[in-house]
Amino acid sequence: MMDKDIQKTENVSAAERVRNVKTFVPRVDIYENKDALYLVADMPGVDEKTVDIELEKNILTISGRVENGRVDGATLMYSEYEIGDYERVFTLSDEIDRDKIVATVKNGVLRLELPKAEQVKPKKIAISAA
Amino acid sequence: MFSPTLWRFRNFSDAIPEIFELQREMNRLFSNAGRRSAADYPAVNIWEKDGEALVTAEVPGVDPEKLDVSVSGDVLTIAGLPAASEFKKGETYLRQERMIGGFKRGIQLPFSVDAQKVEARYDKGVLTVALPRIKEELPKKIQIK
Repeated sequence: MMDKDIQKTENVSAAERVRNVKTFVPRVDIYENKDALYLVADMPGVDEKTVDIELEKNILTISGRVENGRVDGATLMYSEYEIGDYERVFTLSDEIDRDKIVATVKNGVLRLELPKAEQVKPKKIAISAA
Repeated sequence: MFSPTLWRFRNFSDAIPEIFELQREMNRLFSNAGRRSAADYPAVNIWEKDGEALVTAEVPGVDPEKLDVSVSGDVLTIAGLPAASEFKKGETYLRQERMIGGFKRGIQLPFSVDAQKVEARYDKGVLTVALPRIKEELPKKIQIK
C-alpha cells in the first residue's frame, strides 16, 4: 500500500453518462481457486440497493450509484476526495456459471463470487499404473 | 562570473543531452506535486455547520468495532486495524489494488473540540464524525449600548 496513491481514479470513457456526476474506478481485488473467481471491490457510499452487476457473455460490468455525498446544510471547507458513482468493466476469460453468481455488499465493499462452469473446471486425470 | 554550462556549447545540437537532462530533473521535481501518500489515508472532507465541524472519510470494508476515533484538544485521530486476511490455501491473487494494512491519521482542526459531544457514525463504508466546538470558545455577540 505504500506507493499507492490514495486518490480515487476517475473513469475516462468514450460514452458519456446521462447523470451529471463523476464516475470513479473502484479498486478491486480478484482472486481465484479451482471452483470460482472472487472479486472484491471498494465502493464506499454504495449499498445493496444502489449496486448493479451485469454479465453479458463474458463482459462483467459492476456499477454503483452514490445518491448524495453532501451533508445537509453544511458547507464544504476542505476537500481531499470527490464523491461520485462507480463503474468498472472486466472481460472474464473463464466461462462463468451465471446462475450461481453470489453478490453481497457490506460496509461499502462489494463481494462477488463467480463460480466457474462445470466444463471449464480443471479435471484431474488419473494415471493407472501400467 | 555568471557562465552557465549551456553557453559553452558552440553548436546547439551539442547541448541537447544537457537540455534533456534538465527536463528530466524538472519532471522528477514536480512529479510528486499534489500527490498524496499512504500516510494521508484515509482522505477526508471537512464540512462546517452551525459552528460544528463534520469530518467525512471513505474507509470501505472496515469493521466498525476496529475503527478507532479519538479526540484530544484540537486533533482528531482516525485509526483502523488491518483487516483479517481471508486468503485461503489454493487461492491465487490475480489483482490486488485495495488497501490492506492498518492506518492512522491525525487531523488538526482550527478549534478545540468538545470531546464529550463528539459523535461518529459509520455507514456504507463512509465514516462521519461530528465535532462540536467548546461552548465557551464560541464567538460571543457583544451588545452595543
